[in-house]
Amino acid sequence: MDVIYSINGPVVKVRDTTTFSMLEMVYVGKKRLISEVIGVDSDFTTIQVYEGTTGLMPGEPVVGSGAAMSAVLGPGIISGIFDGIERPLKRLEEITGAFIGDGADVSSLDEQKKYDCRITVSVGDTLSPGQIYCTCPETPAIEHRCMLSPLSEGGEVVWTADGGSYTINDTVVKIKTPSGREEELTLCQRWPIRTPRPSAQRLPISRPLITGQRIVDSVLPVAKGGAAAIPGGFGTGKTMTQHQLAKWCDADIIVYIGCGERGNEMTQVLEEFSELTDPRTGRPLTDRTVLIANTSNMPVAAREASIYTGITLAEYYRDMGYHIAIMADSTSRWAEALREISGRLEEMPAEEGFPAYLPSRISEFYERAGYVRTLGGSEGSVTIIGAVSPQGSDFSEPVTQNTKRFVRCFWALDKSLAYARHYPAINWITSYSEYTEDLEDYYSENVAEDFIAVRQEICNILAQENTLMEIVKLMGTDVLPDDQKLLIETARVIRTGFLQQNAYHKDDTYVPLEKQYLMMQAICRFYELSGKALGAGVSINDILGTGWAEKLIKIKYDIPNDRPEMFGEYKEKMESDFAQLVGRCVK
Amino acid sequence: MILKYIGLSEINGPLVALEGVSGIGYDEMAEIRLDDGSSRLARVVEVSEDKAVLQVFEGTKGLSLVNTATRFEGKPMELPLSTEMLGRIFSGAGKPIDGLGDVYPEKYADINGRPLNPVSRSYPRNYINTGISSIDALTTLIRGQKLPIFSGSGLSHNKLAVQIVRQARLAEDQGQDFAIVFGAMGVKNDVADYFRRCFEETGSLERVVMFLNMSNDPIIERILTPRCALTCAEYLAYEKNMHILVILTDMTSYAEALREFSSSKGEIPGRKGYPGYLYSDLASLYERAGVVKGSEGSVTQIPILTMPNDDITHPVPDLTGYITEGQIVLDRNLENTGVYPAVSVLPSLSRLMKDGIGEGYTREDHQMCANQLFAAYAKVSDARALASVIGEEELSDSDRAYLKFGSLFEEHFLDQGFDTDRTIGETLDLGWKLLSTLPKNELDRVDDEHLEKFYTPELAAEAFR
Repeated sequence: MDVIYSINGPVVKVRDTTTFSMLEMVYVGKKRLISEVIGVDSDFTTIQVYEGTTGLMPGEPVVGSGAAMSAVLGPGIISGIFDGIERPLKRLEEITGAFIGDGADVSSLDEQKKYDCRITVSVGDTLSPGQIYCTCPETPAIEHRCMLSPLSEGGEVVWTADGGSYTINDTVVKIKTPSGREEELTLCQRWPIRTPRPSAQRLPISRPLITGQRIVDSVLPVAKGGAAAIPGGFGTGKTMTQHQLAKWCDADIIVYIGCGERGNEMTQVLEEFSELTDPRTGRPLTDRTVLIANTSNMPVAAREASIYTGITLAEYYRDMGYHIAIMADSTSRWAEALREISGRLEEMPAEEGFPAYLPSRISEFYERAGYVRTLGGSEGSVTIIGAVSPQGSDFSEPVTQNTKRFVRCFWALDKSLAYARHYPAINWITSYSEYTEDLEDYYSENVAEDFIAVRQEICNILAQENTLMEIVKLMGTDVLPDDQKLLIETARVIRTGFLQQNAYHKDDTYVPLEKQYLMMQAICRFYELSGKALGAGVSINDILGTGWAEKLIKIKYDIPNDRPEMFGEYKEKMESDFAQLVGRCVK
Repeated sequence: MILKYIGLSEINGPLVALEGVSGIGYDEMAEIRLDDGSSRLARVVEVSEDKAVLQVFEGTKGLSLVNTATRFEGKPMELPLSTEMLGRIFSGAGKPIDGLGDVYPEKYADINGRPLNPVSRSYPRNYINTGISSIDALTTLIRGQKLPIFSGSGLSHNKLAVQIVRQARLAEDQGQDFAIVFGAMGVKNDVADYFRRCFEETGSLERVVMFLNMSNDPIIERILTPRCALTCAEYLAYEKNMHILVILTDMTSYAEALREFSSSKGEIPGRKGYPGYLYSDLASLYERAGVVKGSEGSVTQIPILTMPNDDITHPVPDLTGYITEGQIVLDRNLENTGVYPAVSVLPSLSRLMKDGIGEGYTREDHQMCANQLFAAYAKVSDARALASVIGEEELSDSDRAYLKFGSLFEEHFLDQGFDTDRTIGETLDLGWKLLSTLPKNELDRVDDEHLEKFYTPELAAEAFR
């Protein structure tokens, strides 16, 4: 039997053994703490423990499991809340009470619950990896589709159960592989969390993830299957932005990973999401949400694993043909967990004490996003939205810089916007999205022909304002010529009327694309009319005197989401007001 | 059978190593008895088959390789707990130092605590009224929240903490038990005295538990102090159903103690020499605030930290800000102009505020008033920057209105003084009155209905003549 040689925090060593393989899951000590092998050499096997090691003694047994750290995949995942190694927190609460104890042996999914299954294959069919053999309703919003694991070689169906109620461990289909072995298929399967699940083909990116947030959808869009990062110092609203996206984006399933963040935030997600209804299904948002909660005071090694657990769950549902969005809050905490464990292993540190393999780990993670054709032949996607918490709010630190290299959409949160309570505090100048070009076709076909042109106009005004502000900061607005005053005024309308969005307002919290477009169009029209009026000799004060700037700012509250026709009335009124203004001036 | 190990094999800073030991658990406590009869506490920080490394709480001064006998206790450090602890004063390691003898314990608890299961938390919703306008209106303190005060050396954070303790009361006064646990890490003796005196003067000493680690006490003990304080707080809150406010000062000294200990252990340093696990370590303290389902009590934390060189990006305030639910930042410039409390409004924030205010808690117009005050005050700093370049005369009318608003806001709203205790109603009314000094169209965070009700330029003109 192998026994513990030494203990240092979450790192345990076993001497002189050849039993364990790299990344194998093992049980450490009498309490059978869940752990993973992270280093093997001729003298020592190094193991990181996913639970607290207080009270552990040298000489206690270490037992291998023979398999890599794996997630259990099957019905019962959705609307669950798990810790970083997929232990259900509600079950843990029943076993160890409000405070999490060590060594609680729980299964990831409910093994008693029965699901109404429909078997979709019959005897004689050939089943290949990724193909669906059984479906069951997991929640009212999500149908669960059990697929042959990609680890299997496939084969001929030799037996099927009748449709009916089964638990996740009941055998529903048996297949015979070409090599003559019989495999029993249940409703669940296991998958090693650090290995990406395979797909048939990566498809080009062509559809946006619609979030109902104006600055995201219209200015800095993210695509389904894309990866985006939200960096921001504390108090700039990373979590708030992630919550808004998780609530309103048009993915089928949300995987929300609370990685090393606050416990109260997870409670808030739990409470809020069960109260909110999904506009598309009419069901509570929890019916399409999986929560992975490894808060900052839970064991650090499990925090490192939580990111992989989350993405493995997402890929599993992607393979069923769903669109998944992952909110990872925050990837910096994950990177710090890497650093912490690396330090305990006494590895040579690179930048700021982070291990040298930080960039490759980050890129591996973000590359697991994608829009794919699945092995089963349907289309699915995983979109990753990762929050980054730069230390000292300094974007030049290693995690932010490395993340920037591997995402194509970068929403930089700005302290001064947050101080002025301008939310979402995404800075429109320093942020970028490379997906805009990929999505041009989608917008012009599905929203409006000139959507891209109108968007560009809005961006131009903001960019010009940014340059002008340098002068304004030095000399005030009074010295500017009228056309530049107009530009600054229009930019103000865009900033407060369009970019700023109120998450607590019933209409403004989610704005459909069509209304976003009409709002932009109205602002552009205002700019155009005012420009013409200036040309005809009207003074800037008279233009502002019409009150249209204020009216446009309040348009987000004044025109309800379901009455886009009101924009027509606004436009007519605006045009006649300006015609009058010009007419009076000419006289 | 109790084994005693004679002698040590190595001494390095606060750490000692023993060889040839067996049956030692990680994190276990030990007692080291010296030849002269005195004894010291130590904790196992690293253990292997035949060797254990211990950290000695009272320091290693006077220890030699031969003059000690070490006895392992077989369990992690535990604190004796009882409701009698209210009104008592303890050392940083939880020993009574007020000369009133030991506490008769009702139970013992591991001071490291265990992580609270997120599904067992209930979301903090109700607020604590501090009677301080800048906190109540703009960064409302919620029961179960952790809201640190970021300060600098020489600023009046201690005074503010005392004022909070003196004035704090629960929103609905149902006679629930409300108590303070005070943990001092590495504070000067006169600061600890100041707190003790203030608690005595206000008659709140019998509802205060104090854990004092002075700046000349051993640093290792400092690592235990907040843990003892929080263990006591959790016991009173979750088992005795009391509402507990924990004040921890100064977290920077705590982090420095951790750094000193880490470097003597030879660990690889992270940023500014602090250990790589500083975030996890601070989180294991701050996350012990909260409300547990099925218990009526709550633990609210106000950690105080001094930012070295007033630098908010220093690792300690930086990591703290990422863990806590907001922060109250004190500002040296404001303090120098005589404003007390010198709360710097813009960088201050309370994340839990939005769900604990408004109808049923404070007042229905609270959120809107706070948003508009923030937005308006943000413009004040722009206007001031501009005025310093082009002069006040050259400013536009709206910028001048903001300048005026800014100085009125600081004079009447922020600078309320040590002895003023305002109700939430008074605070909000004052806020609206100040906003009314601005032109109506500048109030873009307020809807028309509220403008109608609260925009009163005449009253404002009269009040601030």
